[in-house]
Amino acid sequence: MELNSRVPSGPLEEKWNNHRFSNKLVNPANRRKYSAIVVGTGLAGASASATLAEQGYQVKTFCIQDSPRRAHSIAAQGGINAAKNYQNDGDSVHRLFYDTIKGGDFRAREANVHRLAEVSTEIIDQCVAQGVPFAREYGGTLANRSFGGAQVSRTFYARGQTGQQLLLGAYGALSRQIHAKRVEMFTRREMMDVVLVDGRARGITTRNIMTGEIESFTADVVILATGGYGNVYFLSTNAMASNVTAAWRAHKRGAGFANPSFVQIHPTCIPVHGDYQSKLTLMSESLRNDGRVWVPKKIGDTRKPADIPESERDYYLENKYPSFGNLVPRDVASRNAKEQCDLGKGVGGTGLAVYLDFAEAIKRDGRETILKKYGNLFQMYEKITDSNPMVEPMMIYPAVHYTMGGLWVDYDLMTTIPGLFAIGECNFSDHGANRLGASALMQGLADGYFVIATSIAHYLGTNKLEKVSEHENPFIESKREVEDRISRLLKNSVGGPAGKFTVDEIHKELGKLMWDNCGMARNKQDLEKALTELPAIKQKFWDYVYIPGTTREINQSLERAGRVADFLEFAEIMIRDALAREESCGCHLREESQTEENEAKRDDANYSHVSVWEHLGDDKEPAMHKEPLTFEFVTPSQRSYK
Amino acid sequence: MSSINLTLKIWRQPNSDALGNLETYTLDSISTDMSFLEMLDVLNEKLTKEGKDPVAFDHDCREGICGMCGAIVDGVAHGPEKEVTLCQLHMRHFASGDTIVIEPFRSRAFPIKKDLLIDRSALDRIIQSGGYVSVNTGGTPDGNSIPIPSPQAELAMDAAACIGCGACVASCPNGAAMLFTSAKISQLCLLPQGQVERKERALAMVAQMDKEGFGNCTNFKECEAVCPKGISIRNIARLNKEYFKGIFLEG
Repeated sequence: MELNSRVPSGPLEEKWNNHRFSNKLVNPANRRKYSAIVVGTGLAGASASATLAEQGYQVKTFCIQDSPRRAHSIAAQGGINAAKNYQNDGDSVHRLFYDTIKGGDFRAREANVHRLAEVSTEIIDQCVAQGVPFAREYGGTLANRSFGGAQVSRTFYARGQTGQQLLLGAYGALSRQIHAKRVEMFTRREMMDVVLVDGRARGITTRNIMTGEIESFTADVVILATGGYGNVYFLSTNAMASNVTAAWRAHKRGAGFANPSFVQIHPTCIPVHGDYQSKLTLMSESLRNDGRVWVPKKIGDTRKPADIPESERDYYLENKYPSFGNLVPRDVASRNAKEQCDLGKGVGGTGLAVYLDFAEAIKRDGRETILKKYGNLFQMYEKITDSNPMVEPMMIYPAVHYTMGGLWVDYDLMTTIPGLFAIGECNFSDHGANRLGASALMQGLADGYFVIATSIAHYLGTNKLEKVSEHENPFIESKREVEDRISRLLKNSVGGPAGKFTVDEIHKELGKLMWDNCGMARNKQDLEKALTELPAIKQKFWDYVYIPGTTREINQSLERAGRVADFLEFAEIMIRDALAREESCGCHLREESQTEENEAKRDDANYSHVSVWEHLGDDKEPAMHKEPLTFEFVTPSQRSYK
Repeated sequence: MSSINLTLKIWRQPNSDALGNLETYTLDSISTDMSFLEMLDVLNEKLTKEGKDPVAFDHDCREGICGMCGAIVDGVAHGPEKEVTLCQLHMRHFASGDTIVIEPFRSRAFPIKKDLLIDRSALDRIIQSGGYVSVNTGGTPDGNSIPIPSPQAELAMDAAACIGCGACVASCPNGAAMLFTSAKISQLCLLPQGQVERKERALAMVAQMDKEGFGNCTNFKECEAVCPKGISIRNIARLNKEYFKGIFLEG
């Protein structure tokens, strides 16, 4: 597998500009001759679809839900970063670049991250022009708040619904192109395979969720914007339909998968409360601006929070990290919460929670101010837990949230399959080993609005592509493989459910294996154990899963089964990746590699690389390749937020 | 944590063309901390284990923002709690021994596809007809060059909070999508960015609404009562004003 990052030469600040100039273009009159498939309609997919269509390409866009507006970007709460320096507090493109590289614990490519910081400012302008109702100061200018891992205030927001508003902006732009018939929109389609012709991505195979029909679609390029794979753990903050299938199918066709073990565990989620639970709900990181995290100093203290005097509380983040305090990056906050709970200081019924307390902020700023900032989050919390954060502190615990790993892409966001691109969370490119808060929205829109069109033009301008038809062999073959796999999924169900397992039962088993052994803290012994236990779960799935109904109808159990089958395969490279990286970095804490103060200890001499996995066949061990990371413009340091 | 026993009467319909009916199921030991959809998950696991067809229902984010879930629970869209979606409704609002009737969102423009799962693509087509600012990617002015008074931005945000679930349509005796349509029209007419296309937008979106078979508003206010995001019917007044201005001031 050849890994050529195609990072342009020259000074960091000029790379993107030079690259745009040296890239080939497609002239406006010729663009209508080219077609692009975009899979996914979150921030990345919707913005890419709209932008490519505006430029004149023919676009076919696919989503799994009933409407493109439902993609899980909609659930992002807190905000979007941009180096506008509107607050005049010392922000700059370089500072956003540096914060992101450092936040990612020096495991991302400098050039990509710098480009992200550069285009961040245009994103805000674009969204404002679309009518996104960002929060405003009383003078009418845009308001900002601060987020973890940064000492400047650069996060733009629309109440606690920033993801929703940005997505509806992109959905509006997409809707406009659908109306203009430049985008053909296919809803309730699940991508089952990517089709290669002469080694290039030339289309996809989908299952129509409403009819069960297996369909083929052709194009000149295929762009995946299919999000992250956090649901491998069963419980995560992801939407129920979020899955790895599209990325995994691409991987099996030859796309390298980078850093699959890099999973962000978000520190502020509502704790787990029962085994029937279907998902975890995130409470925006912005709450850490005003909320103070604490646990009782005494182990096993079961008093009500109000009965514990100040002197007996441990504000452990403020004490341990005086300069960042409660606003340390997510990985640091999560690990410290786990550490406190492991020490027996956790609170709540399960002991797996810490307090996030607003009492002081309410006293300082008044009830009204706090309610204006966080009212909808408090309401959401109260609906779920039946407890009011204005009266008693919230209880929070870390949960799987975002996956920094993803399909390997070069500077042009192209995977190792020519003509197959990956944008947004489904690629690995910008966040290294840990993503900063409010940077996912930034990256999704940067890729979709401002990066991908340049790459597509260059690819089409430098490659001569023959016409393909869905009646050709590769498409027919792919359809047949998809049909065969569905038949295999359904084969156990003929005899009824007796002695069988449901899809969710097996998914929960996989989730527990991953959370216990490849979760917040990892070690060689547990990872190796997980690797030996995984095949049995996989076998159990294929031999004993029971799926009611047939394939030629709406069958939600069958949809889930297909996704779980892929999670079961994917889990293997996650574990192998975690095992191979014998250093701690960002989200990835290897217990064997810690500093004396129990902070993550990086090993730049041996692990300053991206791990890229190659699929060599279902019965073969995957191969790992390395893309070395070189830092020309920043000096990797041990992260310190003290 | 306590648990309750329930009787459920759920609308079952295999596909759009088939006749449907209410089936009765019993569920015991449901934790009151469960969400309504988790309760349905438990039912579906039980049905699957019994070799029966699980109940099809739409859902995705399960945190009240994607707008994918929704059903009529005991005659009320999204159930008895105010300002929540079905996924945010918790079982602590029910008592042991309750019988709960669960039906799909019904409206002429929302064909039932299976059980509680419906087709709401008509709402997408209303947005496609003009629910946006026609601005291409790139070349936009600096964000701060368009100052917007904070109260105005907040008012626009109140309307923009719509999640497109369709509860308003399902609850309206006229099957109107006026609350949904007015939310987008209000958001954009309250902001300077939306001024240029103001008239055309109102006319196009109302025309599409009619074409899809939605009814008109006659002030029942049922939509506002069930809206999980608390969208006010003042937005409908704004839509009417925009529409009339569009008709009389056209050209």
